Amino acid sequence: MEKQLKDHAALAEAFIRDEEHVNWHDGALWWIRQKRDIASKQIPEWEDLREAASRIKSNVLSNLHDYLLQFEANAIKNGIKVHWAADADEHNAIVYSILKEKDIRQMVKSKSMLTEECHLNEYLIERGIDVINSDLGEYIQQLDNEPPSHIVLPCIHKRKEEIGELFHEHLGTEKGVSDPTLLTRVARGHLRNVFITRRAALTGVNFAVAETGEYVVCTNEGNADMGAHLSEVQIASMGLEKIVPQKKHLGVFLRLLARSATGQPITIYSSHFKKPREGQEMHLILVDYGRSRQLGRPEFRDSLKCIRCGACMNTCPVYRKSGGLSYHNTISGPIGAILAPNLDMKKHADLPFASTLCGSCSNVCPVKINIHEQLYQWRQVIVREGYAANTKVLSMKAMAWTLSSPTSYSTIGRAGRWVLNNIPFAVNNKFNPWYKQREMPDGPKESFGEWYARNNDQTNDVNDSK
Amino acid sequence: MSSRESILAAVLTNQPSASPLPDVDSFKGGTQDSVRTYCDVFTSIGGLLYVVNDFAAISALIKTNFDTTKRIITTLPELSEPFELLSTSVDPHTFDDVELAIIKAELAVAENGAVWLPEQRMGQRIIPYICQHLAVVVPAETIVPTLHEAYDQIGEGQYGFGAFIGGPSKTADIEQALVMGAHGPITMTVFILKQADDLTVVV
Repeated sequence: MEKQLKDHAALAEAFIRDEEHVNWHDGALWWIRQKRDIASKQIPEWEDLREAASRIKSNVLSNLHDYLLQFEANAIKNGIKVHWAADADEHNAIVYSILKEKDIRQMVKSKSMLTEECHLNEYLIERGIDVINSDLGEYIQQLDNEPPSHIVLPCIHKRKEEIGELFHEHLGTEKGVSDPTLLTRVARGHLRNVFITRRAALTGVNFAVAETGEYVVCTNEGNADMGAHLSEVQIASMGLEKIVPQKKHLGVFLRLLARSATGQPITIYSSHFKKPREGQEMHLILVDYGRSRQLGRPEFRDSLKCIRCGACMNTCPVYRKSGGLSYHNTISGPIGAILAPNLDMKKHADLPFASTLCGSCSNVCPVKINIHEQLYQWRQVIVREGYAANTKVLSMKAMAWTLSSPTSYSTIGRAGRWVLNNIPFAVNNKFNPWYKQREMPDGPKESFGEWYARNNDQTNDVNDSK
Repeated sequence: MSSRESILAAVLTNQPSASPLPDVDSFKGGTQDSVRTYCDVFTSIGGLLYVVNDFAAISALIKTNFDTTKRIITTLPELSEPFELLSTSVDPHTFDDVELAIIKAELAVAENGAVWLPEQRMGQRIIPYICQHLAVVVPAETIVPTLHEAYDQIGEGQYGFGAFIGGPSKTADIEQALVMGAHGPITMTVFILKQADDLTVVV
């Protein structure tokens, strides 16, 4: 099931085979980026909000120990059972033990990237517990036995005809039906029955308020609430970094989140869970899973400010043209590429290289994470630790040698121009990775250095006369 | 050492030196007409909106706009005559057949169209999610410019659950095509309750 044998470039190669589909994917995500721009420009204080959000998160990271204790104490006071999990296995075992104690064999789950990271569904299914993802995009991905390709839009890489085919196969819709409204209504019917019959519901957490011990879950579909308010056992899984100090800080983050994600002024539902319903049990699992380690890496700790809006993915030229699944990590795109190496540097050594370092991600990030700089810094770490691919190391060495002296630079340049002009077939072939999906250019007649040397003689007099 | 202790110890060791909290109290909305802004924003996000001056008008609009042969419930005594006053103690699953729920917001936010509903206003937590259609009464004077004023007013709040709800349930998961009514209500109607002599301000 894991695809770590292939790297981002190899997986992207499969994705871009269908050119018309890639163009659609590219355009659809760019359209969402444009909606984000329109929404943000309606708020005159937008940049001040980003700055405030970034500084609130800096404060959170600098005082996380005390905020966690404060949040825990207040949550317990509110009647929430708080658990701590060091890693994915411990998190999954806690969920399983909560369900087992109540003899519950079916659970409904709203969108939670953390539980995807932990592979909770697989863990529970192996132990005889049935889990259904209730977010429509995640439900579709689950039917297809695929992970989400985008944190906000889990099946953005799929065409409606593919989804229609999945529904035909799994839900018995008529063959060939692909109308989004019709398909959504069918899923609504199936999932309504799921919500009504499940005794346990799990949600993710967007923000947890240290001051009050409550947590906020944001959705557009209402699926988190449908599960939670009909369940007798409610479980919330959250990464340690989701803390905000005070309730008033929610105003800053909720103004930024949906506008950055989809261009909406706010998600349809921003649910504040503080106490269990009468007769209901409410559990909250605080999960570390590498976060405290990332906190200790000065150049990468700001990645923990992320509020999971997905704006960096929508704007990224590499993401838009390679698809989220090419990143072989739950969190894809630029933010995923700076979070993943912390978890497993070897497995994710390719991801920081899946970027042009154009910086667009950092420009749209609502909490001002310097994503493109961290991508560059991860490259240094990965090469230093010996995890870079051999071809990359060799080509970097060749490049370093070429650029190390004017003589080698001009010799290689002359050789390159000669090859392009005289024996183009030597580079226009499948052994040259740069040739894939690209035409090689015609070689210029001379280099800038040669042109300058030739022309400089004529301008010398002018300069000398000054 | 328990996971709790080891996590807290690692966090304490690895967290950077103190970084002060910024001042967020200076964030506020402008002086524009919040009621008008609310109406514009709420309709732009797919909501249906009426400005009315009493509950009789609300009742009449509901009778024309919804199928009254189906189950219609409310938390509002003013509407209990034609409709069913909902029970706060029955099993929440019994509301699965509700066509329309009519509840009243504590406040609403002009900049994003959302209404704030602590659970006491919902009757039961499931109500605004399980109904096929949702209607919310918003007294005009409770509309605030931005979320900052909203959280100022909410304060700590005496609720076990509360939510901002801004429009009908939505999804665009299938090829970015917007569909109303993913799991929750297919439509959301807001009735802005305003003194009769003020009606012209908005409409």
